[in-house]
Amino acid sequence: MSFLIFILLTLSSSTVHSTPVDDSQLLRDFYQQQLPLIAFSDYADGVYAFDADSKAAWLDINQFPPYEFSLEKGKNLFKQPFANKSHYADCFPTNGIAIAQLYPYWDEEKQSIITLASAINDCRLKNRLPTLTYESDEITYLMAYMADTSRGQLINTHMPNSALPAYERGKAYFYQRRGQLNFSCASCHVDNAGKFIRSEILSPALGHTTHWPAYRLKTGKLGSLHTRFKVCNRLIRAKVHEAQSTELRELEFYLSYLSNGLPLNGPSIRK
Amino acid sequence: MANRSTIKIRTKYFPDYTLVRTLIAHTMETGRNTAQDTKELIPAHFIQTLTFKHNDKVVSECHMGFGISKNPFFSFKIKQAKLGDKITISWKDNLGFSDTKDHIVQ
Repeated sequence: MSFLIFILLTLSSSTVHSTPVDDSQLLRDFYQQQLPLIAFSDYADGVYAFDADSKAAWLDINQFPPYEFSLEKGKNLFKQPFANKSHYADCFPTNGIAIAQLYPYWDEEKQSIITLASAINDCRLKNRLPTLTYESDEITYLMAYMADTSRGQLINTHMPNSALPAYERGKAYFYQRRGQLNFSCASCHVDNAGKFIRSEILSPALGHTTHWPAYRLKTGKLGSLHTRFKVCNRLIRAKVHEAQSTELRELEFYLSYLSNGLPLNGPSIRK
Repeated sequence: MANRSTIKIRTKYFPDYTLVRTLIAHTMETGRNTAQDTKELIPAHFIQTLTFKHNDKVVSECHMGFGISKNPFFSFKIKQAKLGDKITISWKDNLGFSDTKDHIVQ
């Protein structure tokens, strides 16, 4: 009898309160079962892991990537001293080199999620400069340079206990159906990942945070992860949350935790 | 065009040919786009002639219109080019701006 109760207890605890570690493992097992041909490291390439032809074309463009001019501008902006002779580099650990994999993280003091973009603006505030508009070219170029120095670093999102409510909200946002089309993020990126939606392949949620900012051939410029979130919400005809809003930061935090262990390869090119 | 060049050139030497690739930073405005803030037409601004030179000898001249994409990319093969040869690429647009860049095959 006591053995039975023990089983019931363990069952209920694993189904009701799944920890981030469980979530991540469950999702990886699900993809492994659905998409057995895709190795874990392939998820860093997004949809290009699914189609050999588009991957070949993509690798070709990568030989001389169109975002190079933006990257150069980002480097110059990053190195340019502020009016008080301080630099962006002074605000970040290891002078801002190879640190993009640590973002987003949970800030215990502020009790909020710090993303790379918000950290750049915090740095500007600290140096008495006006903040940059999120999604503006300048902040995207800066993020592109910082991502470029972090190429190959493995995503390393920590999950302290105090961050769990934010993680749970991010997860709820991911699975919540919304909008006129009544889609959740998971409808496309979990249930139908790797399948076609008209002519396009749906990317799996695993690896969504590896390759930002991304130069879209469609728009002809670099865009951030939050720009993409906004596009997704618009496409399912849902309320569009602003870039760097609490909702989208929590979603980024959740997705980033899922992608732990994947290498960063941004800035990148996407169709 | 100040101090930064708008042209990037990369070459790769193969025994029977040299692959030259170039990326040019240019808005390539067609004249049919409207500005988002003022709702007015953006004047056409595009590259009209693009010249490729090999050791100061013109090997190709492209006459382009506004149908070419923003930040255009070109790639071509030169059979005669050897290591150490000079490749020059220059452009001139409809508003009279221009830029040129030299590159040594390596």
